[in-house]
Amino acid sequence: MEYLRQSLSAEDWTAIWLTLRLCLYTTLILMVIATPVAWWLASGRSASRTAVQAVVALPLVLPPTVLGFYLLITLGPRGFIGGTLEDMGFHHLAFTFEGILIGSVLYSMPFAVQPLQEAFANLGRRPIEVAASLGAGLIDRFISVILPMTKGGFIVAMTLTFAHTMGEFGVILMVGGNIPGVTHVLSTTIYGYTEGMQYAAAGRLSLMLLIFAFIVLFVVYWFNRGFEMVKP
Amino acid sequence: MTLSVRARITHSNFIFDVDVDWPAEGVTVLFGRSGSGKTTLLRLIAGLERPSGARVSFRNEIWLNGRCWVPLHRRRIAMVFQEASLLPHLSVRENLLYGYKRTPIAERKLHLDEVVRMLAIENLIERNVNQLSGGERQRVALGRALLTSPRLLLMDEPLSALDTQTKRDILPYFERLVMEADVPIVYVTHAPAEVERLADRVVFLRDGHIDRVETLKHALSRSDSPLFNDEGVVSVIEGQLGLKKEHGLTPFHVGEDCFWLSNPIYSDSVGRSQRLRILAKDVGIVLTKPENTSLLNILPVTIQCIEHAREGHVLLGLRLSGGQNLFAEITAWSCSRLQLLNGVNVYAMIKTVALAE
Repeated sequence: MEYLRQSLSAEDWTAIWLTLRLCLYTTLILMVIATPVAWWLASGRSASRTAVQAVVALPLVLPPTVLGFYLLITLGPRGFIGGTLEDMGFHHLAFTFEGILIGSVLYSMPFAVQPLQEAFANLGRRPIEVAASLGAGLIDRFISVILPMTKGGFIVAMTLTFAHTMGEFGVILMVGGNIPGVTHVLSTTIYGYTEGMQYAAAGRLSLMLLIFAFIVLFVVYWFNRGFEMVKP
Repeated sequence: MTLSVRARITHSNFIFDVDVDWPAEGVTVLFGRSGSGKTTLLRLIAGLERPSGARVSFRNEIWLNGRCWVPLHRRRIAMVFQEASLLPHLSVRENLLYGYKRTPIAERKLHLDEVVRMLAIENLIERNVNQLSGGERQRVALGRALLTSPRLLLMDEPLSALDTQTKRDILPYFERLVMEADVPIVYVTHAPAEVERLADRVVFLRDGHIDRVETLKHALSRSDSPLFNDEGVVSVIEGQLGLKKEHGLTPFHVGEDCFWLSNPIYSDSVGRSQRLRILAKDVGIVLTKPENTSLLNILPVTIQCIEHAREGHVLLGLRLSGGQNLFAEITAWSCSRLQLLNGVNVYAMIKTVALAE
């Protein structure tokens, strides 16, 4: 640890904090979005559900550059969202922290939705019906029954989302470019070091990410024994 | 003061179409084979199904009618489900109190101590839910439901997942609840024995339709009742249990008559109103009272009617001295040999007498 602190440059630290901030925001936003989506997906079968499920899973198969490309087009000054923002007097979102945050949310979506969907499906309807018959309203049911009974699913979803955002590269490079302190996260920093032949610096950060990823996966599988899940 | 349901649900090969109401008091049993729509009717009452065009009302309140809809958690209904439905992340005590805590203080009529005593779950209360047996779970689920002081209690085959012995152990608690809690109950079952023991009235369902709604007495007085499909015709006789005598038998008083029971009786049911269950094929007829016989239960009866039963048999409708009905199924040959006719006084000899369970 002491070794790391001395050997990391100020630029490295900026990248680390930026990455942690990105991962934290992405995880929080995704928990809010993914919970209702996963609930809806787990609550039955229909053509519209299948379509949404496929859309949610797209980032698993698409090259990140494809997602990044579309986002750059949409969020940029001439894109639908970026252009609208410019018209309203705001700045467009290409090459900004908000831009890579939107990219991260979309890119990590399946890692949040799928474990939650699995957990909700395993939970079934009965505990919720029981709670309702005992006088618990919608929010009360969520807090007193759904959340504690699907705790494992939430832990897995949060850890995977956090970790997967940390490993993001293609989308960020496409949407964010490589602006220090704004969009310069760990993965792109390592890329920058390698391009500049600074192998020692790249190696330190890579080792850090490797160890972190291992710990995260260990925790996930530990909480997830006997529980079907997505394979990251 | 009625509970009324009108609904039509069409699934691919199942049409559920009911328009029914019954008084919102006592125990109403929804009876029918699996797939007859009993559970669907129960879920409609609970508000767990919300088909378009349906109407559900309870007493003076409309629970479902077009856009107007009261969700389950506002209906103040309690439910007991077929399988153990205790919340696994809570202890027994927390399960019991889950609904109690969510019941407005002014509406709480039953409290933890009483309910725990009533269901004899004192020693379970600090346990973990997964340490309970099937019967214990259902008792806790029942206690949890009661602690919400519900206005209506819905039970969906609460005993069907239990083995015969457990069922026998738990039924007295259900019976006591029916008498003490004073809450209207809707009880789904396909077991005639549970109907005979608990019901005040029976709603017969078949293929998604209501066959008829009748009082238990009515349902048991017609020999073609669906309740008799399994074991043949059954008589249910109400009376009071007496104290066990030193010879090991317990008297059961029905008016001036007395039946003797040999099977074990729960001590706390002494003096309570109980129901006896007698199979018609266990009842024989004798013209004069025999003196030297090992049979204990020989009672004077009057023949009320003689109907044809299954091939070679007749069903006799008998009246006990107190006015209650008893069925006897005997061969047609015996009937003509003994020259049995309506209005004749004879004796009924009963081989097996058991409390309804």
